[in-house]
Amino acid sequence: MRNYYIFSNGRIRRKENTVYIENEQGEKRAIPIEDIDTIHVFGEVDLNTKLLNFLAQQNKIVHFYNYYGFYSGSFMPRDRNVSGELLVKQVEYYLDNEKRFYLAYSFVEGATFHILRNLREYKNTENFQEKIRTEMIKALETNTINELMGCEGRARDIYYEAFNVILKPEFFIDKRQKRPPTNPINALISFANSMIYSTVLSEIYHTQLNPTISYLHEPRQRRYSLSLDIAEIFKPLIADTIIFKLVNNNMLKIEDFEEDVNYCYLNNTGRKKFIKEFDQKLATTIKHRKLKRHVSYRSLIRFECYKLIKHLINDELYKPFKAWW
Amino acid sequence: MAEDIIDIINFQSLKTTGIKVNYLYVCERKLWLFDRGIQMESTSDKVLIGKLLGEDSYPREEKRDMMIDNLINIDIVGNNEIREVKYSNRMYNADRIQLLYYLYYLKQLGIEKKGIINYPKMRKREEIILTDDGAREVEAALVRVKEIVGMDKPPELQKKPYCTKCAYYEFCFG
Ligand code: SF4
Repeated sequence: MRNYYIFSNGRIRRKENTVYIENEQGEKRAIPIEDIDTIHVFGEVDLNTKLLNFLAQQNKIVHFYNYYGFYSGSFMPRDRNVSGELLVKQVEYYLDNEKRFYLAYSFVEGATFHILRNLREYKNTENFQEKIRTEMIKALETNTINELMGCEGRARDIYYEAFNVILKPEFFIDKRQKRPPTNPINALISFANSMIYSTVLSEIYHTQLNPTISYLHEPRQRRYSLSLDIAEIFKPLIADTIIFKLVNNNMLKIEDFEEDVNYCYLNNTGRKKFIKEFDQKLATTIKHRKLKRHVSYRSLIRFECYKLIKHLINDELYKPFKAWW
Repeated sequence: MAEDIIDIINFQSLKTTGIKVNYLYVCERKLWLFDRGIQMESTSDKVLIGKLLGEDSYPREEKRDMMIDNLINIDIVGNNEIREVKYSNRMYNADRIQLLYYLYYLKQLGIEKKGIINYPKMRKREEIILTDDGAREVEAALVRVKEIVGMDKPPELQKKPYCTKCAYYEFCFG
């Protein structure tokens, strides 16, 4: 099972047990349903309820992205396995300050671990690392989510500042702007984060976790805020390392970006380059110490959901994932 | 007579699904997780093969997949026997207690039959009769199921030889 990305305009339809992707030139590509995990739609695509009902029955997800490549929403089949008990626990851990803080801090801790791990790969980033560590120590002494978020935000700003040391000068980052991104590096970071977000969401969907209840982010911040929480850990590990590779090896060029009045965004060639690396990364396997099996980066995201479930049902204390290799 | 009435009342509060009785003998932790709705997606080929075996092996039988009280789902019901079709006998004890439980359940409804487990792949069958000892074993199992699902957290992880083949393997060890 894998992810399918549709960049061209056209239509997707069902014919028997096969999904056909057809572009404007009438070229068709057949995908057996068993091969699909998630479909990501970037192009302008027509589809009908016959297709959606089929995808629902087969429990497949579709994520949609807008013109600029930003996540706009998902088609997620009706939950098959919900666990009432787990939902109650999720809420309980949100309402109890101490319990919520533990989880929120854990997500930040996992994120920071990978941020520092990235920085260690590059020269002249020591002072950034030092400042980030200081923020993390401060974060430990806080006890409100707001203060924690403040430390996390400052640590992240310092990290993005370090991008100027890491990345080639054309990709200078002045400051991180999200809405809207106005220069290439911001556009690239936003796109990459959006891909991590939807990937985490797909993984959450395959478990009994309710994606709307979160701990670090406020549940009202985004519809599927738990995805934002878990994505924190994987953004530096997966998305940022791809960004460094694409930029520093000249794989992405300024021509891969477009500019609008307010927006800077990756065009289709740029997106394809990113996604090629992204897909490869998700499929890359590493030897899992406890499972004694090779597991993919994508499964690591699923395991993070499992660990959270185990924490919530009082089975095993949650410890954020930290790459050990 | 008085004893019988108590038995029936107890049975009402203890009766459960066949799969939970089965899981009790496989792994108590799996039973607990399953009971809480924490289930793994059944993408495993084994599950599919099991389903196909159940559907295709005995096309001429009269009653298949009989569901009783939404709790027990018997593969095949014949005149004198009920049958379960299994892929392998790796979990023989669990399959045996499940079938014993079905026989016990039917007996509470006034129906007496014997049980057969078929292993078409292995060309084997096992006959299962509900003896008094068997009935006591079922009762003990029902009490234990109730105890396990009543726990406020899952039974601790203990590695079993078949964990690596369990649908929960990645959940438990990941
Ligand atoms: S992996 Fe092992 S411990 Fe976990 S549920 Fe399965 S059998 Fe039980």
